[in-house]
Amino acid sequence: MDAVVRFRAAVCLLGRFPALAGVDLDVAPGEIVLLQGPNGAGKTTLLRACAGLVKVVDGDAEVLGVDLRADPRPVRPLVGLLGHATGLYDDLTVAENVRFWTRAGGAEEADARAAMGRLGLDGRLASVPVARLSAGQRRRTALAIVVARRPRLWLLDEPHAALDADGRDLVDALMADAVAAGATVLFASHELDRAEAVAHRSVLVAGGTATATPPVVPVG
Amino acid sequence: MAEGAVGSVLRDARLVAGKDLRLEWRTRVTVSQLLPFALLVLVLFAFALDPDRRILGEATPGLFWLAVLFSTLLAIQRAFAVETVDGVVDALRLSGLDPAGVFLGKAAGIALHLLVVEVALGVGVTVMYGTSPSGPLLLVATALAATAGLAAAGALYGVLAAGLRVRDTLLPILWLPVVAPLLIGATQAFAAAYEQASGSGWRWCGLLAAFASLYAAIGIFAFEPLLEES
Repeated sequence: MDAVVRFRAAVCLLGRFPALAGVDLDVAPGEIVLLQGPNGAGKTTLLRACAGLVKVVDGDAEVLGVDLRADPRPVRPLVGLLGHATGLYDDLTVAENVRFWTRAGGAEEADARAAMGRLGLDGRLASVPVARLSAGQRRRTALAIVVARRPRLWLLDEPHAALDADGRDLVDALMADAVAAGATVLFASHELDRAEAVAHRSVLVAGGTATATPPVVPVG
Repeated sequence: MAEGAVGSVLRDARLVAGKDLRLEWRTRVTVSQLLPFALLVLVLFAFALDPDRRILGEATPGLFWLAVLFSTLLAIQRAFAVETVDGVVDALRLSGLDPAGVFLGKAAGIALHLLVVEVALGVGVTVMYGTSPSGPLLLVATALAATAGLAAAGALYGVLAAGLRVRDTLLPILWLPVVAPLLIGATQAFAAAYEQASGSGWRWCGLLAAFASLYAAIGIFAFEPLLEES
């Protein structure tokens, strides 16, 4: 089966700085791959490049069959990115945000409702403006949007950050469910104990390059 | 553009415009800031020009559209301020929304805000300046065409400036010269509507419609690359 992510000597620039300096990376369908590495290593840039938000200026880069160097835009509706920023409208409620971004992606209202239920946002929180939420609740709302849109590739940047213990367990369960439903997950985390437990294998990102490590758990 | 693609663009435009109207409903920016600002401009013109209303009566069309122009600047800045916080621009790029639909939706949202402002200003000039139009049909047609042009050019320049740190100060410098022809046309058409000289007024109104069409077309095709750079 074709790789979901296939990078060969991929280079990405942030300004004139090579944030990715020749990355080789393969991610197979149904894998959960952990990106680990120090701050500034290029994990976020790699995730954003996979989402088609950062240009790959040299090498080869293909995600879900889309050649990112030729045109990264077709890959964007196929991926779900949870970044450091949540992408939420502060003055809309949780439900309004989830509904808007879900419908924008062509998914159904029922998907939005189901995702909010899964993330524990279907009670009183649904009608609270996002500006009044805690960081963890904002994170849950952003995750609900990813869940509702059912992307083929999940790109999660520090998905456990700002969440309580239940929320962290929920993120792990969501990743497992996504893979069970046929999706693939690529995520970056500094919480190695938790992340390695859920990941099939990990990749070390350092100095703008990526080095694969042996599988932690065989892909089932 | 294929029929399906047009339907998709219009669907996305409705979604974006609906979201912007919902944001307005929650924040009441038009009611609490835009309307008072526009009416304040009318009052200041009255203070500056002539307390006996003679000059004000003659200058009503120009003053009306200047007040609309200044209000439009605020509306554009507000419309794009909400898209530039906390990763919303990235979310828009990833959303799957057609950029042409986003453009039309943003323009429609701005236009609806402006129409509310224009109604209030119309009442304002009638009460404060003592003027009333004698060609209401031309007046309404001019308002619709000029509003469409202001909104289309506003959405285009709004996204152009959105990614810049100096957007708040740069936007007026970029946008005001572009809409100068619209100011002239709308003022002339309104003057005709107030003076019952509707023949020349309709020609100006046609020019406004052409301006609006031109900027709508440019926006539909240019919004995507501008969104990419913002």
